[in-house]
Amino acid sequence: MTTTPRWRALTQHHLFWPVAVLVVLLLINVPFTPDFFSIKMTDGHLYGSLVSIVLFGSPLILVAVGMTLVIATGGIDLSVGAVVAITGALTCSYISDRSDQDALSGVFLAMGIGLVAAVVCGLWNGFLVARMGIQPIIATLIIMVAGRGVAQLITDGQIITINSEPYKLIGGGYWLTLPFSIFVVAAVVAVTVALTRRTALGLLVESVGGNAEASRLVGIRSRRIKIMVYVFCALCAGIAGLMISSNTSAADGNNAGLWIELDAILAVVIGGTSLLGGRFSIGGTVVGALVIQTLTTTIYTIGVPTQTNLVFKAAVVIVVCLLQSPKFRAKVFGARFGSGPGANGSGTSAATPADTTPTTAAAPKMEVS
Amino acid sequence: MAEPKPVLEMTGIVKEFPGVRALSGVDFRLFPGEIHALMGENGAGKSTLIKVLTGVYSLDSGTVTLDGKSVRIGSPLQAQQAGISTVYQEVNLCPNLSVAENIFIGREPTRFGRIQWKRMRQEAAELVDRLGLDIDVTAPLSSYPLAVQQLVAIVRSVGTGDSDGSGTGTKVLVLDEPTSSLDRDEVLELFRLMRQLRDEGVAILFVSHFLDQIYEICDRMTVLRNGALVGEHLVSELDQVGLIQLMIGKAMDQLEELHEHQLHADVGETLLKADGLGRVGGVAPFDLEIKKGEVLGLAGLLGSGRTELARLLFGADQPDSGKVTIGGKQVSMSAPNDAISAGVAFCSENRKTEGLVPELTVRENIILALQAARGWTRPIPAAQRDELVAKYIKALDIRPANPEARVGRLSGGNQQKVLLARWLITQPKLLILDEPTRGIDVGAKAEIQKLVVSLSEEGMAVLYIAAELEEVLRLSHTIGVLRDRKLVAQLANGPEITPTRILETIASGEHQ
Repeated sequence: MTTTPRWRALTQHHLFWPVAVLVVLLLINVPFTPDFFSIKMTDGHLYGSLVSIVLFGSPLILVAVGMTLVIATGGIDLSVGAVVAITGALTCSYISDRSDQDALSGVFLAMGIGLVAAVVCGLWNGFLVARMGIQPIIATLIIMVAGRGVAQLITDGQIITINSEPYKLIGGGYWLTLPFSIFVVAAVVAVTVALTRRTALGLLVESVGGNAEASRLVGIRSRRIKIMVYVFCALCAGIAGLMISSNTSAADGNNAGLWIELDAILAVVIGGTSLLGGRFSIGGTVVGALVIQTLTTTIYTIGVPTQTNLVFKAAVVIVVCLLQSPKFRAKVFGARFGSGPGANGSGTSAATPADTTPTTAAAPKMEVS
Repeated sequence: MAEPKPVLEMTGIVKEFPGVRALSGVDFRLFPGEIHALMGENGAGKSTLIKVLTGVYSLDSGTVTLDGKSVRIGSPLQAQQAGISTVYQEVNLCPNLSVAENIFIGREPTRFGRIQWKRMRQEAAELVDRLGLDIDVTAPLSSYPLAVQQLVAIVRSVGTGDSDGSGTGTKVLVLDEPTSSLDRDEVLELFRLMRQLRDEGVAILFVSHFLDQIYEICDRMTVLRNGALVGEHLVSELDQVGLIQLMIGKAMDQLEELHEHQLHADVGETLLKADGLGRVGGVAPFDLEIKKGEVLGLAGLLGSGRTELARLLFGADQPDSGKVTIGGKQVSMSAPNDAISAGVAFCSENRKTEGLVPELTVRENIILALQAARGWTRPIPAAQRDELVAKYIKALDIRPANPEARVGRLSGGNQQKVLLARWLITQPKLLILDEPTRGIDVGAKAEIQKLVVSLSEEGMAVLYIAAELEEVLRLSHTIGVLRDRKLVAQLANGPEITPTRILETIASGEHQ
């Protein structure tokens, strides 16, 4: 019991449970793939399961990071999958029309066009939510449904394939021994963290999500902030769209980024951000996205039959969500893993991890009924 | 009272939270057929005791005896089943369902798993009728005002306890601040219902910050201070002054000095001028002038347009006629931002819904207004922020003095102080306070009133709204009287202005 205070402080950290789940999922793979953790250098590139998880998880991390800010304002963005498709379709169709697909200027212009389209989608969502007062789930449903149609219009219903070496770099290339997408993700996460925590944007987003009317009366321009986060979310989805189409060197209006919005929402929740809005954690979301990608990888490596894939995934997600709930932990593991006694009866949202200040006192007596 | 035997007896109740002993060995008795007041400042342990009684908290030691039998109340559900019902300040019902559905929700009469709608409506109607209320049980709850919804909540809790809803199950009824948002007539109706239930033998535990109401309705009271029992008294044997002394542990006549001081204080030049400002459905067009260093009190009944007037001066609602000039410059008032940048601050009467962001910390709540004014690109430097926050936590004596504490967990008085700090930090020229002392304890009330006086001394203009006329009279240099959403009079305060005089003005609705 001598380690209790430190252990308690550790388990109360908001990233503890997501990270714990991630570690357990990774360990499960070891009996099935003994060299799971080994990373080899081949042709100047690093290969290994861990590298692939980050590589294949990159688009999801990007989308989920953008989604985190939207959810923190109390909203939700269902249109990200469609934005992925539109961005990929526009960029690829522009590149495929070039005579020289390897020309850098053409590739940059194509990416610019794709991202501008993503930003327009974000502006539209933000306009509907912040200006028109439409519920986010309905407002973003419009592009979720219509956006796929637009993407198919752009590609004429075909899958456009391209052959552009520079474009291939973003989603499938290597730089300094690592997949280039990892650098893109790292940059976007770093920019997001700086943007929200080095400025007051994070505080204002949390305030708008925590109490919209109070925020208005305190003089926060909440409409502007909401529009900003929808645009940012769409931009992240756009970058993910570039990555996905680059990885396959093709634009598939129908299937690119299909259901990614649901995985992204899940990643945000696993990361400890409440769907009710308010407090958010970018770090948590990154871990959440990695959990989901690891889960997908695990399903393949341990050989879960394809038809039971989704059931298996659902079961794991349920376990993760239960572990995130302070009430559940207090019931099952006792007070040591639960939150402080104050949180127990005060209706703390189940999706928010215990964020009571860690007490250094010995664990208080608490009955588990 | 013939050989009374308590229906509820709590002895030696101890409840500890990490670092705090919320209750240290409190004894509490409740007799059948009495209305019992639980008194004490915020933080004295009232809510903790109630939460132990209703099963929200488990107790650390002590015993609870109900009807002579020792009981263990482990959850709110167990409390209800044992016959202890609670009605909170906020009505926890479903406004979109009918009154009957709300009364029977969760225990609808069923046959073969089907709800018997007709029987439910009939029983609800009988119950409402028996309690002497005139409510159509088939109408949606939302079609009734808040006060009636509260009565429905009481009817519901009285009906709880046994499955057939005949109302014999409830032995103890806990009413936590039920009157804080009711007007006088509504309070009287509530009291009538309480008396009827008392006469039927229900023991009622009543918590209210309005001392007058305690003296009007209660038979007995228990006073707590700092988590300990101070005494149990018959209401008829303890006067208000004595009670306040028991509650705060010291005599207080400083408030009277405040009044003397304000009567002799000078005010400066005009700060804000409203010409024909009004809003259809809000408040009729009015002219108003507020000077630097002046406290302008607004008096009027609930719903007379006090809040609406204040909201127009802040741009929280948009005026559809008239104009506002602040410091000689016209301000558009199309959004709170316009007023804020002109130096107006507004503490809403609804702390929870329009003031606090409960999830955020004390520090974050305090800097919110200043940060909003600076914009998101210019965060307040951490050192400066921490210094400012520490300064205001100290100056206003916010407890706990921990800037990292979640504001939602603070007591009402401390939450109010956090909101005050939020605006004071922006150094406003005009501070609008709508019911700043509602629902907070006597000690914090006095502190806030003293603060208002010292702010006005420093030259800040204050628009002060309070339901208690004495408070308005004590602090104001000028008193604006509202009636039926119209500003009917503006009186300069003086020795001849008394609550009666104000009430006469409200009643006649005329100037002088």
